[in-house]
Amino acid sequence: MKLHEYQSKQIFAKYGIPIPKGRVAATATEARQIAEELGGRVVVKSQVLVGGRGKAGGIRLAKSAKEAEEIATQILGMEIKGLPVRKVLVDLAANIEQEIYLGITNDRAARRPVFMASSAGGVEIEEVARINPEKIIKVHIDPLLGLRDYQARDIAIGIDLPKEYWKQFIDICRGLWHAYMECDATLAEINPLVILKEKSLMALDGKMLLDDNALFRHPDLAEMRDVDEEATAETEARKYGLSFIKLDGDIGCMVNGAGLAMTTMDIVKLFGGEPANFLDIGGGASADKVAAAMRIILSDKNVKAILFNVFGGITRCDEVAKGILTALAEVKPSIPMVVRLVGTNAEEGRKLLAEAHMITAETLADAARMSVAAAKDRRPK
Amino acid sequence: MSILVDKKTRLLVQGITGNEGLFHTQQMLEYGTKVVAGTRPGKGGEWVLDGKVPVFDSCKAAVDATGANASIIFVAAAFAPDAIFESADAGIPFIVCITEGIPVQDMMRVREYLDQKQVRLLGPNCPGLLTPGEAKVGIIPGDIAIPGNVGVVSRSGTLTYEVLYALKLVGMGATTCVGIGGDPINGTNFIDCLSLFEDDPHTEKVVMIGEIGGTDEEKAAQFIASRMTKPVVSFIAGQTAPPGKRMGHAGAIIEGGAGTAADKVKALEAAGVKVAKHPEEIPSLLK
Repeated sequence: MKLHEYQSKQIFAKYGIPIPKGRVAATATEARQIAEELGGRVVVKSQVLVGGRGKAGGIRLAKSAKEAEEIATQILGMEIKGLPVRKVLVDLAANIEQEIYLGITNDRAARRPVFMASSAGGVEIEEVARINPEKIIKVHIDPLLGLRDYQARDIAIGIDLPKEYWKQFIDICRGLWHAYMECDATLAEINPLVILKEKSLMALDGKMLLDDNALFRHPDLAEMRDVDEEATAETEARKYGLSFIKLDGDIGCMVNGAGLAMTTMDIVKLFGGEPANFLDIGGGASADKVAAAMRIILSDKNVKAILFNVFGGITRCDEVAKGILTALAEVKPSIPMVVRLVGTNAEEGRKLLAEAHMITAETLADAARMSVAAAKDRRPK
Repeated sequence: MSILVDKKTRLLVQGITGNEGLFHTQQMLEYGTKVVAGTRPGKGGEWVLDGKVPVFDSCKAAVDATGANASIIFVAAAFAPDAIFESADAGIPFIVCITEGIPVQDMMRVREYLDQKQVRLLGPNCPGLLTPGEAKVGIIPGDIAIPGNVGVVSRSGTLTYEVLYALKLVGMGATTCVGIGGDPINGTNFIDCLSLFEDDPHTEKVVMIGEIGGTDEEKAAQFIASRMTKPVVSFIAGQTAPPGKRMGHAGAIIEGGAGTAADKVKALEAAGVKVAKHPEEIPSLLK
């Protein structure tokens, strides 16, 4: 789950990391009021969950409250990479001397969290990694020990941070570490962390990604999810514990298991079709869950055929068959459906579906071929 | 012959009284696996499945009473890390964790601790493993595989079943099939299994099933090129997966342009591995 800049910075502030004075606004009038309260120059920043806001013109400086209102009006009417801007953050502008990058993420290969820092802040770290990889300092953290002060000092030395800032920098590293740990983040990033002309450090921008698997123990963070920013079908799917991603094709796929779901998409493509979605009904799928999955697939009007591919392990095929029947009774779809059930209780499952006029396939290749053919028949000639 | 589990495996089931725990314990018993004990705090002293398996309050008590030498975990994600620690502290040398959805930071701590204790973990978010004709430790349906000379290792669950089934249809069998799981941080990895298969005299060929995300397949390709003498056939899922989206498995995501199926296929082919276009093509590539 992605957090907005303003949400990330609020969390950082709780952990003692200095952030600019400012607030979030949903209207231009509000933006003006905030600018008036702050006094002086402000930065108006679009709050959308994509990168490259600056380049798109979604971050602009305003010299007065009136100008802030004008700029907010423009930004609130924008779309950035297809996402409408619904909120702006109005922050007091800072006098910047130098920009630094500081972030923590999970290093999969090392199986540890890694701090990354660079004296070349303000740009995307992937960009720095590509052009000046030597400019990135990486320090891995023992997950059982946590960040030690000497490691934070090593980072400061590594990015040539002047001595007078070390103490504050170590405090910020510690704050960021605790924010990352205690929020179960997979990324906590300050970019840029700036040295102000006033000789102190401040986090001007922030980004956090949270581990969806850990949200059960963070109800407060789970509430921060911006459902406006994701496809409704994906929100609906999550409610039922389904994993769903919409794609552009016309063959709906309902599969148990992520690997098999990806493979089913791949094989549809291999046989000349285009998958309409990724959908994993997960382990131990109940009838309710399968019915919900079917409704979600059918809500996509592009879908011209559905391919059910279920290999029973922890999911029992008779359960899935019951789900399909429940959904059929409820949704009454008019498009062809190809079903393939193999594994635990497959025979019982197949028996249940025998009367429901479904096309059944033996192999995955056959199932893909049949659904591609079925979808083709229904495309406008 | 086999790797990791066989007839001598004495299995402890953590979370044996839950729905999934009970269902799969029964399946494992029917397959012939020696399930010697189960745990469920508060239900110590009871028996499950018509008095076939004793239940204990703790792993320590179960190990002391039954000499269990492997455990399998069917405990909810919130409690699974604790179950892994408990099992390791009770002296179990091999732990299989089926549970899906364990937070990644928990897994980093688990992995660090287990490495220090030199305990082997399989999973989490995995289907376990199957040595056809000898032992089933996990949820892989027993009837989809027959004994044979192919070692199978996979990041996926149901996709693995698909491959085992395709092998069985043409009369090919497996020494052992290992599902290593789809999480970004897990225990046993591809290289561990490839190395075990390379050393197992009964394994003659290996099938490796990967998917998008991370660089484990690329590392495995290097290992295959430098260390493996046995032929390896592979399949990589996620050719059509869009970047930046988590494809169900926490670990199946193309991040910053890395971890694409194309990269993995290229690395494997460069290592001399035959890569199948779809899972049902694997048996013909093994011949």
